[in-house]
Amino acid sequence: MAEILTPSAWLLAFVQALLFPALAPLLVGWVRKVKARLQNRRGASVFQPYRELRKLLFKEARVAHTASPLFRAAPSVVFVATWLAAATVPLLTIDLPTAVVADIIVLAGLLALARVFLALAGMDVGTAFGGMGASREMMISALAEPAMLMAVFTLAMTAHSTNLGSLIAHHLGDAFVLRPSYLFAFAGLTLVALAETGRIPVDNPTTHLELTMVHEAMVLEYSGRHLALMEWAAQIKLLLYGVLVANIFFPWGIATDPAPASLAIGLGAILLKLAVLGAALAVAETVLAKMRLFRVPAFLNLALLLALLGLLSHVILEVGA
Amino acid sequence: MRIEIALSIAGLAVVLALGSAAVSLLAVRFPKVVRFAAMPLTGLCGLAAIVAGLGALLSGGVATATLPLGLPWLPWHVRIDALAGFFLLLFGLVTSAIGLYGPAYVRGLEQGRDSLVALGGFTGLFLAGMLLVVLADDAFLFMIAWEVMSLASYFLVAFQHEQAANRRAAFLYLLMAHVGGLSILLGFGVLASFGDGFAFASMRAAELSPMWASVAFGLCFLGFGMKAGLVPLHAWLPEAHPAAPSYISALMSGVMLKVAVYGFIRLVFDLIGDVQWTWGMAVLAIGSLSALTGALFALMQTDLKRLLAYSSVENLGIVFIALGLALIFIGTGHPLPGALAFVAALYHALNHALFKGLLFLGAGSILHSTHERDLEQMGGLLRRMPWTGFFFLIGCLSIAALPPFNGFVSEWLTFQAALQAWQLESGVMRSLIPIATAVLALTGALVAATFVKVYGIAFLGQARSRHVRRARPGPWGIRAGQGVLAALCVLLGLFPTLVINLIDAVPRQLLGGGLPDAGSRGWLWLVPNAFETASYSAPLVTVLLIAIAVLVVWSLHRVGVRRVRRCDAWDCGFAPPTARMQYTATAFAQPVRRVFALLFRVEEAQVAREDGGTRYQIKIGDRSWDALYLPLARLVEAAARRVVRLQSGNVRVYLGWTLVTLLVLLWIVSA
Repeated sequence: MAEILTPSAWLLAFVQALLFPALAPLLVGWVRKVKARLQNRRGASVFQPYRELRKLLFKEARVAHTASPLFRAAPSVVFVATWLAAATVPLLTIDLPTAVVADIIVLAGLLALARVFLALAGMDVGTAFGGMGASREMMISALAEPAMLMAVFTLAMTAHSTNLGSLIAHHLGDAFVLRPSYLFAFAGLTLVALAETGRIPVDNPTTHLELTMVHEAMVLEYSGRHLALMEWAAQIKLLLYGVLVANIFFPWGIATDPAPASLAIGLGAILLKLAVLGAALAVAETVLAKMRLFRVPAFLNLALLLALLGLLSHVILEVGA
Repeated sequence: MRIEIALSIAGLAVVLALGSAAVSLLAVRFPKVVRFAAMPLTGLCGLAAIVAGLGALLSGGVATATLPLGLPWLPWHVRIDALAGFFLLLFGLVTSAIGLYGPAYVRGLEQGRDSLVALGGFTGLFLAGMLLVVLADDAFLFMIAWEVMSLASYFLVAFQHEQAANRRAAFLYLLMAHVGGLSILLGFGVLASFGDGFAFASMRAAELSPMWASVAFGLCFLGFGMKAGLVPLHAWLPEAHPAAPSYISALMSGVMLKVAVYGFIRLVFDLIGDVQWTWGMAVLAIGSLSALTGALFALMQTDLKRLLAYSSVENLGIVFIALGLALIFIGTGHPLPGALAFVAALYHALNHALFKGLLFLGAGSILHSTHERDLEQMGGLLRRMPWTGFFFLIGCLSIAALPPFNGFVSEWLTFQAALQAWQLESGVMRSLIPIATAVLALTGALVAATFVKVYGIAFLGQARSRHVRRARPGPWGIRAGQGVLAALCVLLGLFPTLVINLIDAVPRQLLGGGLPDAGSRGWLWLVPNAFETASYSAPLVTVLLIAIAVLVVWSLHRVGVRRVRRCDAWDCGFAPPTARMQYTATAFAQPVRRVFALLFRVEEAQVAREDGGTRYQIKIGDRSWDALYLPLARLVEAAARRVVRLQSGNVRVYLGWTLVTLLVLLWIVSA
């Protein structure tokens, strides 16, 4: 893998890293659009999230008197850590230098870094809503993180690697077998992705002033470009989980060589997969209701159980197979 | 450096520690002597230990010496090797930071009624005891040094003995330390009876049957586990650590618990030798239990120092998880993942010494500035004590195992070691190790929640009490001590490969093989096995993080609106929030408390206040008290009531007992 640390590979990684913030609002717009259609509304254009970000960037930011310097630094930290985490996920091609710099455990660590700063920022101004959001976010993540790592370790133990590129390559190289461990891990990771990206049934991304909100409660005090960075980071996180699920479990189409043709196929494939995943998310958010907060642990326990079952079925049934 | 010189420097460190104790005696007349002589000597002792430790690790050799002290037929043996060198280094890093921190901290005590002679004297003895444990090469010196360490720290826990809670904590600590010490002594007894004598060299050569080896292992796991605060023997730790002055808490948590880890490694991996994988399963199980329990109880605490003490239970749990993995892998004949897990354990021990030392010093400087340990009274300290706030943040991010800080590296290594479980033959082990990994992941996330709570409540928001509102930054010495440890946390996170190349000498010497590939790609890459399977480049992650941050901030300044206006907090348009309206530490932990309700003994009560209102009271108890300690205490009391009948108060009866005892002994000896 050392041979992939070439200038052209780094260039490709750079382009790919730029694709994440560029595409993230589009995915959110797409999900909103499909949801609107399912609810018999026309909905805004799929490009609406870009307009919102632009509007926020050109507004004056307001900062409370009681805020500390951490309040103003946090949006950048959250955005940068989320972006770097996204840059380690293979989007178009599996030969990715950033995947060698940081493996999947580092990815989880970077997301945790972003989350810690998000929660700290929520507590900084000293409003009750912020503390509430931070407390809930940390509880949800405390239960979601083991489930996510277990799901990922199922795959990592199969491929004997925590490098995402090698992991997908291993899966691609396999003849198509329906492994029970993969099925369980897929189910577990999907549930975790719903919880971590703050979607229904765990959190509602469009809620405000509702006692059930989590993410919105933490960013309530932000405005202007600070809010833009926070929202953008949340969108990148949604795209990150989408790409993770799509490329790990359905890796077909991803480029295995840096030729332009296979990269184009890779781009087409991932866009198609994301469109399907986004539509599925919209359907799920339409038919499901938001849970009570204290139902969330049961939901995440299910995710952990599924992921552990995946791991156990791998180590018991599949080792040596 | 030649290894013999390292041994002499280590001896110099012991002499400096004893010198600091001796100088403190003058504090009866001149209280300032602790500040101006004893604390600097402590710092020098730390520096000497660093030099000796680095020398031993770099040379990779072994040096022994015999001291003209001790019993005539049993002189004291000392020895330095890579393992001892590693723990000397760990000891030195924390101690030299305390040498910077201590003088300013002690100054606050000079006016008080507490005896500085006791503080300085026992600190010096405590340090000398810890150093000698690490250097000892026979069970005799080891036990003496161990007891010096335990007794000196007992007096430090009992330092502010006017408070009944501190006296109680100190007594509990003394009791547990001695039960543990007895267990270790019995373990040595087993080893010595198979070898010929108490010198470690003869114990190393002894051939133990597997059964007796397991007995020796069990005894020393009990003894060292008790000292390390493993669940369910941890109950003394959250009582004792907060009672001592803050830099002593840092030493107890950061270094003394590691001395227990050292003893465990020395006995199990070195002296007993042939490890069995079943031991690893026991260590893994107890380690996982400690990690999870410690993390949950830490999250529930509102007393900052108590919270940090529970967090030590959790971190020692992680060290023992990694040691358990190492035992399993080595016991089943997989030396490479075994060495990986072993290195992970050592790295985490070092990291914990640094960040827990840093956090205890931070708690100490909050205490120094505000006289407050209760989180519910703090708030907004970041703006009043910016440097402490900044260093404390680094400590929080490190302990929460976030990249690119040092805690993440050891967690990453532990995960990588656990992921090698596919190499094992037994299906049971292959499935139990992932469950331990899940526990480790849950623990990590709970720790993140705990330290978000600590930092958010103490340093962010608004001040919740008057004296916190008036807090002033501490003197420069206090800040410098924290700064050194914070810088080390960052460096150990940024350049893990260099550190691992240094640590690698320990498994190389002890287990006969280290990590073959750790440094194969240069200092930029951390590669435990092969480049294809896993790699982490902390410097590149950091450079990328900073580069992207600069890019983002710069382009925002170019594109967006730069103006920032100060205003009142919005809070959904309600009246400007007051300090009373903020989330409290208890409220923050409430969701997790509800989810894990079964594990806690929660007593909730609504107490009527004099002014007609009600107060909500909550007490969170440790179930291990009900399950283990109280029944044991009742048993001891019942036994004591029986024994008391012997005490009639009549001299003739006592003489009669003496006669009977003598006759029985004579009979035993002659038979």
